Amino acid sequence: MPGTFTDDVEIIEAGQGGGGGDIPAGGDDDGGDSGSGLPAIPSRAYFTAVQLALAGIVMFFMALTSSFLVRKGLGDDWVSFALPRVIWFNSLVLLASSGTIQVARRYMREGAVASFRRWWAYTTALGMLFLSGQLVAWRQLAAQGVFISTNPSSSFFYLLTAMHGLHLAGGILALLYVTFRRWRRSRITQATAADLVSIYWHFMDGLWLFLLALLYLGR
Amino acid sequence: MQRDNSEAGSTTIAFSLAVFILIFTIVTVYIFVRKIWWFPPAITAFGGQIDEQFHRTLVITGVVFVAAQLGLAWAIFRFRDRGQKAVFFEGNSTMEFVWTLATIVMFVGLGLYGEHAWAEAHFQGAAPGALQVEVTGQQFQWQFRYAGPDGKYGQIKPELISASTGNPVGLDPKDPAGKDDVVSPVMYVPANREIELLIRTQDVTHSFYVRELRLKQDAVPGMIIHMHFNATVPGEYEIACAELCGLSHYTMRSFLYVVSQAEFDKWMSDQETALQQ
Amino acid sequence: MVTHDSGGGHHHPPSGFIRKYIFSLDHKVIGIQYFFLALFSVFTGMALSILMRIHLVWPHAKVPFTASGQITPDQYLALVTMHGSIMVFMVLTTAPQSGFGNYILPIQIGAEDMAFPVLNMLSFWTTFVSLVVLLSAFFVPEGAPISGWTAYPTLSAMGQITGPGEGAGQTLWVIGLAIFCVASLLGALNFITTTLDLRARGMTLGRLPLTVWSWLVTAILGLLAFGVLLAACILLLLDRTAGTSFFIPGGLVVTDTPIISHKGGSPLLWQHLFWFFGHPEVYIAILPGMGVASHVLSTFSRKPVFGYRAMVGALCAIGFLGFCVWGHHMFISGMSPYSAFAFSLMTMTIGVPSAIKTFNWLGTIWGGKIHFTTAMLFALGFVSLFVTGGLSGLFLAQPSLDLYLHDTYFVVAHFHLIMGVAAIFGIFAATFFWFPKMFGRMLNETMGKIHFWLTFVGVYCIFMPMHFLGLAGHPRRYADTTGVNFLAPLHSVHYFITIAAMITITAQFLFLFNLFYSMKFGKKAGENPWNATTLEWSIPSPPPFDNFAGHVPSVYRGAYEFSVPGATEDYIPQHLTPEKVGKAH
Repeated sequence: MPGTFTDDVEIIEAGQGGGGGDIPAGGDDDGGDSGSGLPAIPSRAYFTAVQLALAGIVMFFMALTSSFLVRKGLGDDWVSFALPRVIWFNSLVLLASSGTIQVARRYMREGAVASFRRWWAYTTALGMLFLSGQLVAWRQLAAQGVFISTNPSSSFFYLLTAMHGLHLAGGILALLYVTFRRWRRSRITQATAADLVSIYWHFMDGLWLFLLALLYLGR
Repeated sequence: MQRDNSEAGSTTIAFSLAVFILIFTIVTVYIFVRKIWWFPPAITAFGGQIDEQFHRTLVITGVVFVAAQLGLAWAIFRFRDRGQKAVFFEGNSTMEFVWTLATIVMFVGLGLYGEHAWAEAHFQGAAPGALQVEVTGQQFQWQFRYAGPDGKYGQIKPELISASTGNPVGLDPKDPAGKDDVVSPVMYVPANREIELLIRTQDVTHSFYVRELRLKQDAVPGMIIHMHFNATVPGEYEIACAELCGLSHYTMRSFLYVVSQAEFDKWMSDQETALQQ
Repeated sequence: MVTHDSGGGHHHPPSGFIRKYIFSLDHKVIGIQYFFLALFSVFTGMALSILMRIHLVWPHAKVPFTASGQITPDQYLALVTMHGSIMVFMVLTTAPQSGFGNYILPIQIGAEDMAFPVLNMLSFWTTFVSLVVLLSAFFVPEGAPISGWTAYPTLSAMGQITGPGEGAGQTLWVIGLAIFCVASLLGALNFITTTLDLRARGMTLGRLPLTVWSWLVTAILGLLAFGVLLAACILLLLDRTAGTSFFIPGGLVVTDTPIISHKGGSPLLWQHLFWFFGHPEVYIAILPGMGVASHVLSTFSRKPVFGYRAMVGALCAIGFLGFCVWGHHMFISGMSPYSAFAFSLMTMTIGVPSAIKTFNWLGTIWGGKIHFTTAMLFALGFVSLFVTGGLSGLFLAQPSLDLYLHDTYFVVAHFHLIMGVAAIFGIFAATFFWFPKMFGRMLNETMGKIHFWLTFVGVYCIFMPMHFLGLAGHPRRYADTTGVNFLAPLHSVHYFITIAAMITITAQFLFLFNLFYSMKFGKKAGENPWNATTLEWSIPSPPPFDNFAGHVPSVYRGAYEFSVPGATEDYIPQHLTPEKVGKAH
């Protein structure tokens, strides 16, 4: 089965064909000069990979979570502190970005390229807003004299927000990658890439909600 | 299809390999059976239980060891390529079931049997009326503290620790309960008396280990861990540190002296007299 | 969600030296890069260990490259730490999985490359960076860390004050390890995706060679375990550099200096995190060797693997249970004795699938037609070593016995026989088996056999006596035997071990010579010198850049069809169409 080449112009054809099924016999894709130079693989492999990546990331955050619970339960030196109010705003921003990314995907499915790009850009902007908001939260804490070494509760606050923030920054890079990469030279379409990144993005959103609950209920 | 026939089923190789495995098995069994290098004799009844469980485990693993190695050696020799056809079989469900079941019974059974001794060491505390000895590990020596006639340990303050001025565990001079605390770099205990150890450390993780007691316990920063024993054989026994604690881990050694009650009382009163001066 | 066939276009051969050999995207080149990284690391690790052995027996020996001309106790501990770290991470986690797995797995499943070649290339170079960072710990002023490969706090968490090497050296160690975690996670992702999604037509899970199964389960272990180690490393780094107290309790005094900047943490938290990773890690080290052993034993007995399904089940059981037993490293740690009991039972249980595999290896060669190639010798040696090393685990799995044996040489014997020898024999077997495919030439069998004999006898001479040192109560990580009286009678055993180690390590240079000599001058190898069945033996040696020259095969049968009654040949390759299989009349 020949592979489908898409770029922005041909995105209208993205909704047809494709089955995500068998590997095409290697090397018989004559499409000539555009292409990744890499062997074709079923696009479901990318979805497998994203899910595996999330599994690995879950284990990382589970280790940090169990450390949080153990450390909190250890003794009597856990001091509560008020979470900076801006993180609630940040959480709304992140939730909104999950909404905008869904809108973007819908437009992609419908072939409305310009709308897709616009709503994808909103998502990217919201993501960046979230991260700056987290930095603001850090600044607010520092202004109150609460640093990473002040208390185990604040240690975990800085640590968990930093680790989540790092992973989210990776997600923002992925959003930008979807925006700017020349998809003609890739083994997947921009639509597929958008689907993959949105899985990761929603997961980051969900992860943040989990960490927020942990930090708030466990403060 | 190229095949280098020189190694096909070579009798020399088969024989040598089988014989080596056989010799290795025999030598290993011999060394274990003859106890050429072995534990020192246990000095507690608990230690005797440990030794029995060890023996049980040794017999079971020994049988499996010999059977597996000799089975391997035999197969190597018997089935070397002498021009025969290989027998085609892909498995045998009955055998799989049988040896799986046998293994489960043996291994899990062995494990359950050995839990009894572990329970005695750790599920229950020291018997009432035990003599308490606080064991403190520090880089790179042991300190043993006795509560003295008042039966109460004095307060310890980390900032008061100063080996050079004779306060290695940081006893607070303002606490009257500590005035009769005896701190010694070696441990004396009376025989046939339950001893309770309170194991702690000042700096990094150490591990209190006396072979003859068949006991070992890590000394963990931030924790006080209890152990107990009742030694019946008087003597001098070495205490070695068994958790990597830094540069001089290998010299962090002390002695446990198990003595008669009378000798112990004399030693204690000598220590108390020295405190008064 | 719309899924598409990937538009791959042509699979282009690489051009230019950099693209072909340095930043190659070809899984075969990357596999060889990992192999050479492991080769460098294993000789480094052996060099460190021979210095350790020399110091134990001749503490005042003149040794070059040391500041004082002799090895000091802190240098001994730095050797211990780096030897363990380099061997476990840079040899046993790379060669069997990232080395041979990378090279062979795609071919054995009928794929042209790993799913994500760019990610694969990044995984290797990230591993390389982590090795450089790890080794740089030797070159900072106070030297490499002294806390062992296990890096228990508080020794590892409070900086220079706890000992030499605990400053920058320990920090570099932690960072190097963290980088290694990332590299391993990326690699694991690639392996699992490739195995699940890139199999050729007809290559069902039930027809996968056991090597592929072992790489798959190993990758799953890595994916789930390395994230935990990464978390632990970050926490340790923060304790060391940012004033946090995850692992450091209050009230500590180190050589009369009170530590006032930390309180409330728990050293046990590190141990739980580390060993939750650490136990799956040791199965990561051995599982590929088990896969290779099954594969090689079958091939050179000309018989199917005995109990293929049980072997797969056992691999999966070991993998799963491997996540449930970490507490058996902590029986003496001060952890709850009740959880120790639970961990003990789980550990005894994990002995069962291991025993099943051993029975099945014996069943594989039983009734066979054994060809003693060097690869086969190492596979047979693997079985013997696995039995010996595995059985000592039964002692250590019982906390009552661990009261005596924990942190003695009995443990050192156990893990060296399993990891430091059985797993290495798996690597040797894989090398001799697949070298012809990788380099188009045969390794020299005579040199191979001499190397095998010296090594097999040698490793037993090195590590069996360590059991007896352990029975006598000899603690681990002791720089010498002068500090404790009861160690004096054991000096002769140390002497024997050191001599055996010197001979055995010297013999490894024969292997090294064989490797490089045969790459240039070895007898040319054909497609299938071993008359083996799996897909890598259906392509030229060495293979073309896209493995199958554009003609990916289909698979018609399982991986171990040897001596099938009624067939003309004593092996039926997986890719042979049914009409082409010759029938005996």
